[in-house]
Amino acid sequence: MKTLFSGINSIFRFYYDGFRTMPPWGRKMWLIILVKLFIMFAVLKLLFFPDYLGSRFKTDEEKSNHVLEQITTKPDIND
Amino acid sequence: MIENIDLNLVDWSRAQFALTAIYHWLFVPLTLGLSFIIAMMETIYVRTGNEEWKSITKFWMKLFGINFAIGVSTGIILEFEFGTNWSNYSWFVGDIFGAPLAIEGIFAFFLESTFIAVMFFGWNKVSKKFHLVSTWLVAFGASLSALWILVANSWMENPVGMVFNPDTARNEMRSFWEVLFNPVAVDKFLHTITSGFVLASIFVIGISSWYLLKKRDLEFARKSVVVAAVFGILSSLFLVYTGDTSARTIAKVQPVKFAAFEALYEGTGNAGLVAAGVLKKSGESIGDLDVREFAVRIEIPGLLSVMTDGDRDSYVPGIKDYINGNAEMGILPAAEKIERGKLARDVLFEYKAAKEAGNTETAASLRARFDEADFQENYFRYFGYAFLNAPEDIVPNVPIAFYSFHIMVILGFFFIALCVLALYFVINGRLERQRWFLRIALWSIPLPYIASELGWVVAEMGRQPWIIQDLMPVSVAVSHISAGSVQVTFWLFATLFTALLIAEVSIMVRQIKNK
Repeated sequence: MKTLFSGINSIFRFYYDGFRTMPPWGRKMWLIILVKLFIMFAVLKLLFFPDYLGSRFKTDEEKSNHVLEQITTKPDIND
Repeated sequence: MIENIDLNLVDWSRAQFALTAIYHWLFVPLTLGLSFIIAMMETIYVRTGNEEWKSITKFWMKLFGINFAIGVSTGIILEFEFGTNWSNYSWFVGDIFGAPLAIEGIFAFFLESTFIAVMFFGWNKVSKKFHLVSTWLVAFGASLSALWILVANSWMENPVGMVFNPDTARNEMRSFWEVLFNPVAVDKFLHTITSGFVLASIFVIGISSWYLLKKRDLEFARKSVVVAAVFGILSSLFLVYTGDTSARTIAKVQPVKFAAFEALYEGTGNAGLVAAGVLKKSGESIGDLDVREFAVRIEIPGLLSVMTDGDRDSYVPGIKDYINGNAEMGILPAAEKIERGKLARDVLFEYKAAKEAGNTETAASLRARFDEADFQENYFRYFGYAFLNAPEDIVPNVPIAFYSFHIMVILGFFFIALCVLALYFVINGRLERQRWFLRIALWSIPLPYIASELGWVVAEMGRQPWIIQDLMPVSVAVSHISAGSVQVTFWLFATLFTALLIAEVSIMVRQIKNK
C-alpha cells in the first residue's frame, strides 16, 4: 500500500513539477487548448450540436423507426 | 419521411464536414511524421551522447508540441457533426464505428496523458532510455490512433464484416477482424501515415533551409536535413508503393472512382496511364452528365492495364461500362442495380409495415429474406441505388477527381526529387551554397499539405454519390435540420479554425526565429 501511495505521489510530483516549470510557450499552448475545449464543448456542442435523434426520440426503438422511415422512402430532391 | 430534401442542406452539410476535415488534417500529418523524426534524432543523441543532437531533438519537439496542442481535439467536431447533421448515417453505421472510435479514444487518452508528458516533462527526470522509449511510443501511438479512424473511414469505402439488422436499421459488426483488415483500410492506413512522414520531412527540410539561407545555426540545420531527407526518401518511395496498392484496391472495390480519377470514360484493353492532362467538355452527354475528353495529355501506353491487372492487354472498364453495363466483363448496368436496390428497399418497407400491422407471418417471411445469401449478395448490396434518380448519378465529379489525383501524384514525385537533392547536397557539403535549392525547399513547405488534402479530396469526392459505398447516398444520410443553422456553424468553424491556424503559424514562426 505504501509503495502504491509512493508511486502515485511520484506521478503527481512529475506532472506538478512539469507544469510548474513549463516554459512560456508551453503555458500559451495550454491556454489555447483550454480555450479551444471550452469553445468546443461549452459553446458549440451545447448550443449548436444537439444529438438529433437523442433530442427527438426517447428510446432506441423510436430512433430505429424514424431511421427506417427515412431509408425506406424515396427522397424527392429539390434542386 | 425523406420528402423535399433540400440539396442546399446536403451541400452545406457536406461543405461543413469538408471544412472541418480539411482543417483537422492540416494538423494531423505533421504530428504523425514529426514524431518519428524526433524519435530518430533522439535515438542518435542517446547512442552518441552528443548534446547537440539533444538540442536538435528539443527544438523539433517544441514545434511538434505547438502543432499537437493546436490540432488536438479538432477532430472531435467531426463527431459532433455526425450526431447532428448526419443522424441517419450515424444510426445506420453506429455499431461499426463504435469499436474503432472507442479504441482510438483510449489510445489518444493514454498517449496524450502519459507518453507526451514524459517527452516534454521527463528530460533529466527519467533515464535517457526511458525517455527515448516514450518518444518512440508517442510516434507509434499517434499512428495507431490514426489507424482506428482510418479503419472506420475505410468501412465507408468498402463496407465489410457486418450484417444489416432490419429491426433496428443498423449495421452490426459480424467480424471485427474483417473490418480491421479490410483491404481498403490496410492500404489507406499505410498510404496516409506515410504521406504524413513525407510532409514532416519536407517541413523539416524547408525550415532548416531557412536557417541556411539566413546563415545561422548551420550545423543544426545540416544535421536536421540529413535525418529528414533520409526519412523523406524512404517514406516517399514507400508512399509510391502504397499509392499503387491503394489504386489497385480502389479499382476493385470502387471502380467508378478509379475510372473517374483516370477520366476513363470508354473501357479499353491496353489502357494507357495518363501522367498529366487537361480535360474539356466533349459535347457528348449521358443524361445530365457532361462527358469530358482530353484537350491534351501525356500518356504511357498500356501502363494502366498493367497496373490494374498485371497484363498489358487487360481490359480496364470505363465510366460508361459502369453506367450502361458490360456483360462480357460481368458488370451490371446501373439501371439494373437501381431496380435491385428498389426491390431491397421495398422488402424492408413491407417488413416494417407488416410488423406494425401485427401481421407476424408476413413479417417473418420478409425477415427471413435478410438472412438469405442471394438477397444479401444480389439485392441488399445495392440498397443505396434505390435512392438514385438516374444511372449516371453513380459518377462523381470527374474533373475534380482527375485533377486532385494527378496533382497529388505529381507532387509526390517532386518530393522524392527534393529529398534526394537535399541529401546529395548535404552529404557533399554544398547545401548552403545552393541558395536556389534552399529557396525551393523553403517555399515547398505548403506543397505536401496541398498534396495530402488533395488525397482526401480524391477519396471523399471520388466516392460520391455515396457516403457508404453502394448502401447509402449522401442525400439520405443528412438530418432534417435547417440549412441556415448549418451555414451558421460553417462560418463559426471557419472562424475558429482560421484563428487556430493563424495562432499555430505565428507561434511557430516566432519559435523558429527566436531559436
